Amino acid sequence: MLLGRTANGLYWMNRYIERAENMARLVDAGLRMALTRTQNASEEWNSVLLSAGSDIAFSQKYQDYTAANVSDFLLRDTSNPSSTMSSIETARNNARMVRTALTRETWESINEAWMSLKRMLARPIDERDLPTVLDAIKRETALIRGSFYGTMLRNEIFDFSQLGTYVERADNTARILDVKYYVLLPSLSWVGSTLDNYQWESILRSVSAHRSYRWVYEADYKPTNIADYLILNVRMPRSLTFCYRFLGEHLKFLADDYGERHACHGTAEKIQAMLKRGSIKDIFDHGLHEFLAEFIRDNTRLGDEIAQDYRFY
Amino acid sequence: MAAFDEMLPEVSGLRRPYEAYDRWLKEQDPARLTQKMQDAERVFRKTGITFAVYGEQEASERLIPFDIVPRILSGQEWRRLTQGIEQRVQALNAFLDDIYHRQEILRAGRVPRDLVAKNEAFLPEMIGVKPPAGVYTHIIGVDIVRIAENEFYVLEDNARTPSGVSYMLENRETMMQLFPELFQKIKVRPVENYPQLLRQSLAAVRPQSAKGAPTIAVLTPGSYNSAYFEHAFLADQMGVQLVEGQDLRVVDGHVAMRTTEGYKQIDVLYRRVDDSFLDPLTFRPDSALGVPGIMDVYRAGNITIANAPGTGIADDKAIYSYMPEIVEFYTGRKAILGNIPTWRCSEPDSLKYVLEHINELVIKEVHGSGGYGMLVGPAATKKECQEFAKKLQAKPSNYIAQPTLALSTCPILTEKGLSPRHVDLRPYVLVSDRIQIVPGGLTRVALKEGSLVVNSSQGGGTKDTWVLDD
Repeated sequence: MLLGRTANGLYWMNRYIERAENMARLVDAGLRMALTRTQNASEEWNSVLLSAGSDIAFSQKYQDYTAANVSDFLLRDTSNPSSTMSSIETARNNARMVRTALTRETWESINEAWMSLKRMLARPIDERDLPTVLDAIKRETALIRGSFYGTMLRNEIFDFSQLGTYVERADNTARILDVKYYVLLPSLSWVGSTLDNYQWESILRSVSAHRSYRWVYEADYKPTNIADYLILNVRMPRSLTFCYRFLGEHLKFLADDYGERHACHGTAEKIQAMLKRGSIKDIFDHGLHEFLAEFIRDNTRLGDEIAQDYRFY
Repeated sequence: MAAFDEMLPEVSGLRRPYEAYDRWLKEQDPARLTQKMQDAERVFRKTGITFAVYGEQEASERLIPFDIVPRILSGQEWRRLTQGIEQRVQALNAFLDDIYHRQEILRAGRVPRDLVAKNEAFLPEMIGVKPPAGVYTHIIGVDIVRIAENEFYVLEDNARTPSGVSYMLENRETMMQLFPELFQKIKVRPVENYPQLLRQSLAAVRPQSAKGAPTIAVLTPGSYNSAYFEHAFLADQMGVQLVEGQDLRVVDGHVAMRTTEGYKQIDVLYRRVDDSFLDPLTFRPDSALGVPGIMDVYRAGNITIANAPGTGIADDKAIYSYMPEIVEFYTGRKAILGNIPTWRCSEPDSLKYVLEHINELVIKEVHGSGGYGMLVGPAATKKECQEFAKKLQAKPSNYIAQPTLALSTCPILTEKGLSPRHVDLRPYVLVSDRIQIVPGGLTRVALKEGSLVVNSSQGGGTKDTWVLDD
């Protein structure tokens, strides 16, 4: 038996842990772009902000799209509810609320991540320290994930946690693709210029897939392959298909446990079917942007339905 | 004022309960002990054993300092204490049952009627209500002070929602982690089964309507409450749900919690929410922490609320001064554990005395707790005394006064070695169809040299409390 409020806390705790890490990844990719291509750095930072869904809030506070401003806003600004610091704070507040549902190891890893990031992000980050800070954020979230997977019982508590993780991750990957969808379109991609190469690598880097891509596809970046990798690949842990495989699985566990199916099950199955049916060519024919926009909408709806069906409020 | 030191009294030298510990301590390398002290702090911070301090935004989460020198009681000392505590707890429950029913003690004139009837802690809503199994106060933390070898006094009866038991458990856990060898050398009676006992005790007082094994839950005001850690800790250790008011509603005459599969009935609610917030339909209408309609369910006998609403009247500081009469009235025997002499400022003669001796006394608000709103005369400045005197004259009935006692001391480890500090003791008592007292309790220690205030909100710390199995 699980309280609706506890399920809600678990769900959001994991969404925010995922988000804290994604912010670091986005800044990492932006930093790389800015280092390699100094001319259009501000444009690159703008797409980082778009992917983070923080472009409007940023523009209200800053005029210059610099590494210092963007990384400050996305990593340590507590007035930005999605910054790494805010996310880890929200994750910890949720963890505190659902503490009785967590193993001691899981709670302690979240509490320690919060303590160490709070210390690290207390003052503005010196640009020279940025890589160290980004590593530390990824390490802390990895430790949380490690203690979570290593110690939690695979029951409904685990299921609701995983739903949060994968809804957030699917949203994140889809947004990254949507911000850059135009560089993946065939008409442009045939050019195959160095510019495109950087852009493609940046996309892969934002989901930490720039190395694994080469293990799966040939060494050259090809836009259809990149899109295929991030949308349809079953084994790539941040692809949309991968996220939905697990969303489907955990929703099924819940339906079996409780002996009841809800609206969210239908929605998840519909999205899964859509991902299964299509080839990357179909998606491009349909329109990559349209496909992604629809996916983001459906994914958000799934989140709302889960909250409603399982009485989060 | 020379205080009695529980380890090394000046007159007689090392006391017996501390002999084995002292031998061990003398073999220890001081640097290692200092290291252990830091380890302890890290353990507490890592596990998030913190409490919130009201009114301090910045440091909103603090640790209660922990001292690694245990406070040790012999088996014999403990047996005497438990007899006194049992007697007192019986009397408290009998008193509550009486004043919410026949009110014989008021009719007999042993306690003034107005003191009860006009007391904010007295709930007229509880008149004639019989709580399940007839128990009013299920969990009690009796604050006890010592001033000499054989002189123990009750300072306060915490009969509402006494806190701190999680520290008792975590302190022991920490000590066992830090010094496993000590527990092999010295036989200390265990405290770690407290959560199990609590769960059994709560199950034993379930309402008659509960079918089969009762569903138990802990009601917390939420994660911003200063004692939230403890609420979560107890729910977790008992294996029951930790609920907030927003999770609960009345469904078909029962209190039920919103789960991922719909509403589920609750039979026993261990609430850590004050009376006035319990039911917005009966008490404070603006309360979002309680459950609308829970009092109707309670009156119908369909839920156990622990502790029962209205138990506050029994640990009210004005009632406290009548405890010797109350104990004698219901148990027919003199109180085994004494009260501290108390001046009720509502009485003109007493008020006069208190004002004349303000710099010698401890003056407390009748309804206050946690060391807030009190004056420790000998430690206060002249100006503070004068200001307090004004408050006292404005509303005398709001205050009681007690002599400044030379609370016993127990050594703590400082940079310069052992150094005595004043302590008190809060043993925890569980009441169901029987009375159970866990051998030990929470020892609070005033960390500042000479200070008599042990409250954690005022710079107090804690110690592990050992009852020897001898």
